[in-house]
Amino acid sequence: MTAAVPLEAVLVVAGALFCIGLFGALSRRNLVGVLMGIELMLNAVNVNLVAFWRYLEPRFITGQTFAIFIICVAAAEAAVGLAMVIAIYRNWLTVNADAVDSLKG
Amino acid sequence: MATVIQIIFGLIAALVVGAAVMVVTVRNVIHAALWLIACFFGVGALYMLLEAEFLAVVQVLVYVGAISILILFAIMLTRQVTGEGVRQLVGGWRLWLTAAISALLFAVAIVPTIISHAWNLPAPPGPPGTPEPLDGVAELGRAFVYEFLLQFQVAGVLLTVALIGAIVIAFEERARRRRVLTLAEEHELRKRLAQPAPMEAPAGEPAPAPRAAPISEGEAQQ
Repeated sequence: MTAAVPLEAVLVVAGALFCIGLFGALSRRNLVGVLMGIELMLNAVNVNLVAFWRYLEPRFITGQTFAIFIICVAAAEAAVGLAMVIAIYRNWLTVNADAVDSLKG
Repeated sequence: MATVIQIIFGLIAALVVGAAVMVVTVRNVIHAALWLIACFFGVGALYMLLEAEFLAVVQVLVYVGAISILILFAIMLTRQVTGEGVRQLVGGWRLWLTAAISALLFAVAIVPTIISHAWNLPAPPGPPGTPEPLDGVAELGRAFVYEFLLQFQVAGVLLTVALIGAIVIAFEERARRRRVLTLAEEHELRKRLAQPAPMEAPAGEPAPAPRAAPISEGEAQQ
């Protein structure tokens, strides 16, 4: 793997995934869509970490543990975020991020 | 062998990036969630290719198994099932601004940095063909109970707090509970709304408390 595919290729794929996720998080109007974009970005970061572990420090397991902690935090974030989406839907009857603007002044 | 790996990597990369693009552009939110599952599978395959087997399994378990289902449940509970007639992306200059930010970040910041940086790659061990020494699941488990024990415990506490927080946030008192339509009922309601002659509410359904704005209203006008 390390001989066949250069590190740069993996990093470019992860970067593309991150930018697509950023675009989705910023441009979706549906709150669930925003959360999906954030999940894509977290996945891109994980791919980066695993690629660095594999190519640069294959004898040092910290890269993988870091990725597992990020998965853990992402799971917590998804659970709380989706609970908030449901609570928002209950109060505003919408999941449109533009309509939830009562803090806007 | 190298060519095969390159082809597999190309296919996986195309799957990941293509599915991600579909996630952010497709109109129907449920379709977006299904594309998200495909993207997670692609990332898991990428982990497998990078020889992080345990992470690939965790990816399938946590992301494909748990988070996607959570997202699908949230979509169904918030009743914005189909996106027809509803704009899913922000409009006008904001869309172009976000697209420009993402594209510029990728083309100006990320790719030139990756290409121009001199990565300090370790030398391959011995003659070509020898397997590289690689830390596996055993080292991972040992790291979790020795080196990263505190972080491991904190992650457990974080997950517990997130669990409790999600329940507290999404909890609704029985007195205020609004009747939530199931998908079948919603379909029925929409069919009835589409018909010219209004029929009565189906018998047996308890008179619902002020029902959450009938579908299509409030969502269609945006």
